[in-house]
Amino acid sequence: MNTGIPIQYFLVLATIMFFTGVYGFLTRRNLITILMSVELILNSVNINFLAFNRFLYPHKLEGMFFSLFVIAVAASEAAVAIAIIINIYRRFTTINVEDVNEMKF
Amino acid sequence: MAFNQIMFILFSAMIIVFSVLTVTSRKILRAAIYLLFVLVSTSGLYFMLNYQFLAAVQLTLYAGGIVVLIIFSILLTSHLSKKFEHSGWKKNIFSAIASLAGAILSIITILDYKFSATSEVAKEVDMRLIGKSLLSVDYDGYVLPFEVISILLLAAMIAAIVVAKNGGPAKAQSPLINQK
Repeated sequence: MNTGIPIQYFLVLATIMFFTGVYGFLTRRNLITILMSVELILNSVNINFLAFNRFLYPHKLEGMFFSLFVIAVAASEAAVAIAIIINIYRRFTTINVEDVNEMKF
Repeated sequence: MAFNQIMFILFSAMIIVFSVLTVTSRKILRAAIYLLFVLVSTSGLYFMLNYQFLAAVQLTLYAGGIVVLIIFSILLTSHLSKKFEHSGWKKNIFSAIASLAGAILSIITILDYKFSATSEVAKEVDMRLIGKSLLSVDYDGYVLPFEVISILLLAAMIAAIVVAKNGGPAKAQSPLINQK
């Protein structure tokens, strides 16, 4: 298996992906695209966990189970976030974060 | 160059290009499809690391579940032909500076650090081992986080139903209805 690929390559790849997600989180204004940036960030963290698990502690399974739970948390987060987004769209008829500035009618 | 190196270069190039396109594309449905490509390539990386179970979970749950959910909500809430307006160049530049500085700092730290290789024998990750350790209470068991995550999923499901359902009284107040 993974001969010839140092661990640093995986970590640098995950870093680039993470900060791309951060850039999207800072510049985007649509709520759904912000959610997509968060998914990018979570995904890059999963790559990190698995690379550490495989290269540094191959006799254990902590990293794998942690990323399994991260995926489950990401799924529930996406479900709740999309429910909130649909509710916001019903009230304001927009999901642009700058137009949604009232907490309560 | 070995085959797995070529595959790694392919997957990482796909991940980087499509994640940049995800955060910069001005059409929202295209951004969602680019996100799908990123997630599929990530599952390819998991296959390269010999975590077949997690790659399958990634494909079914992320690429099959979350992206479909996102596309559904896009279709419910957005006008597909509309392009995003450019956010102000000032915001773009400062966000780019912040993320570039963070990325460069992290990459320098990663390349500088000496990772000590282990001499332990790699454990074969098969389905039986995953199932047993997910339900065992021993030192290597994960039954407590498994229970917690099941409660979290139940709570998220109930919360999603409750939040998405009660839009009743606000509907009359929304300007879209009043215009008709």
